[in-house]
Amino acid sequence: MSNGRYGSYGGQYVPETLMNEIHKLEEQYEYYKNDKAFNEELSKLLREYAGRPSLLYYAEKMTKDLGGAKIYFKREDLNHTGSHKINNVLGQVLLAKKMGKTRVIAETGAGQHGVATATAAALLGLECEIFMGKEDTIRQALNVYRMELLGARVHPVESGTATLKDAVNECMREWTQRVDDTLYVLGSVMGPHPFPMIVRDFQSVISKEAREQILEAEGKLPDVVMACVGGGSNSMGMFYEFIKDENVRLIGCEAAGKGVDTDKTAATMAVGTLGVFHGMKSYFCQDGYGQIAPVYSISAGLDYPGVGPEHAYLKDTGRAEYVAITDDEAVEAFEYIARTEGIIAAIESSHAVAHLMKIAPKMNKDQIIICCLSGRGDKDVAAIARYRGVNLYE
Amino acid sequence: MSKIREAFNGKKVFIPFLTAGDPDIENTCELILEMEKNGAGIIEIGIPFSDPIAEGPVIQSANVRALKKGCTTDKVFEMVEKVREKSSIPLVFLTYLNPVFKYGYDKFLNRCKETGIDGIIIPDLPFEEKHEISDLAKDYDVDIISLIAPTSAERITAIAKEASGYIYLVSSMGVTGMRSSIETDIKSMVEKIREVTDVPVAVGFGINTESQVSEFSKLADGVIVGSAIVKIIGEYGDNAKEPVGEYVRKMSQALL
Repeated sequence: MSNGRYGSYGGQYVPETLMNEIHKLEEQYEYYKNDKAFNEELSKLLREYAGRPSLLYYAEKMTKDLGGAKIYFKREDLNHTGSHKINNVLGQVLLAKKMGKTRVIAETGAGQHGVATATAAALLGLECEIFMGKEDTIRQALNVYRMELLGARVHPVESGTATLKDAVNECMREWTQRVDDTLYVLGSVMGPHPFPMIVRDFQSVISKEAREQILEAEGKLPDVVMACVGGGSNSMGMFYEFIKDENVRLIGCEAAGKGVDTDKTAATMAVGTLGVFHGMKSYFCQDGYGQIAPVYSISAGLDYPGVGPEHAYLKDTGRAEYVAITDDEAVEAFEYIARTEGIIAAIESSHAVAHLMKIAPKMNKDQIIICCLSGRGDKDVAAIARYRGVNLYE
Repeated sequence: MSKIREAFNGKKVFIPFLTAGDPDIENTCELILEMEKNGAGIIEIGIPFSDPIAEGPVIQSANVRALKKGCTTDKVFEMVEKVREKSSIPLVFLTYLNPVFKYGYDKFLNRCKETGIDGIIIPDLPFEEKHEISDLAKDYDVDIISLIAPTSAERITAIAKEASGYIYLVSSMGVTGMRSSIETDIKSMVEKIREVTDVPVAVGFGINTESQVSEFSKLADGVIVGSAIVKIIGEYGDNAKEPVGEYVRKMSQALL
């Protein structure tokens, strides 16, 4: 894999102003990823601050209830800040510090990546500014306050559709304004090279642990590994170490919203076409003239019109398969896993749980599924209540 | 000699920018002709895009207005055909890669050649990725205009060596938009470019006053003004022809 290409996907489609900086970032990353001191420091942070390794939990009740494959959950929801996002930000913010940067900026949709970035910046002593769609700052007011508590400044973004993609636009604009002291801490396996690679590497700790844990618990590899896909960071992290294990099926679950046959969807793999946007060549939801389409999902974390380039490659080569899960299915799964296992999972992760509920009963009892619970669902409780007609606000 | 190079032949060039389809596509045609009448040497036409990441708020808003009015790439080409009935001024598109990619590079460049577009500026297509379209563009006699930024440093030489049409010298960090002062050392950047190419250099980003136009026309071959014009169009809408014409005349006369 060279020049940040995954097959024909990826690349570096950004304004000239940023080119030197992303080259510098790549250089520095290549250096530090092999630097013993950097890796020791990061491992320590992941272990002692984020709470890694995360548990691989055998969901016995769900296994029995669904009556098929053995179900394991990789519990990223138990990490500090409540999602897998912390894995990447600790890596990137530490890298920023090593590079001599004093300030980080980041986009956020629901607020998970923003909260994680603000957390890491607070811990490591960097200034932090978060760009968040105006719509999302209203929908996720609690997370805005959370970021401010952590010392970050939150900029509501009013341009475009005032959601995640516009927050990414604004972050890129801000970065072109100020590169010297600032690193853009991208939250997913997207954007221009080297971001998809860096984020994947930092998130691959998920599959590295899970592979060891399942071999320890079961003495064999799983039959299916699955995760939800928005930009694709938890799924890439969950897939990565299993890619070489050809008999392990990899399944990404994206957000169908109201359905892939409606215009209220964020299922990029199902309805998107090839394009070049946000620095990368990949699949995007767009119209016939290449205008990026407004997307919709109940899950703010999956509400993005594109997907990381390595996922596009895994799809094309057939190594991974991608399915679309509707709001309704995700909400039912959200309720089911709470009731059955006593786990309130993020609505994002619930998309993967929903598909798991479809496939597990059709599998044999000696087969194994690992599903990534990318985050916890406390943030979603009020929205799910409203979805069910309960007039509840945070 | 290409029409773009002819425009720079022995003189400094004022290059105004406008977003196609704002306030509507008919007005865009009129405004282009009005700008030519008032001293524009080359005109940059923005094809609106949903997510223009190199633009500041003024041009972003124009993109939104144009798309809301139903402006499409095909309508922009049709508008260019109308302009060409009355004018042969060099015309350059500014757009993002995705609308071009989605239209199809071959089909897009073919339409450029048919309608008489002389060059294309694609802010999210840096040097490393320009092979996407640059070889094909040569076949259609369309110049892919390279951008050089204040952060380009040692990249300047490589970019300038392969530049065609003119070089868009980005005066400032950040996005497009009017600035009261520009700190970048334009002079030394132009000198660095001159070491390797005689392709004309036009300075843009942030420029909006006559004195800035004078200052930069001393240092470079052309001066580009976008946001200030788009702002006038935004304010005056259907009645923008006169104030835009007047502004372009003032700026053109400020060239030294």
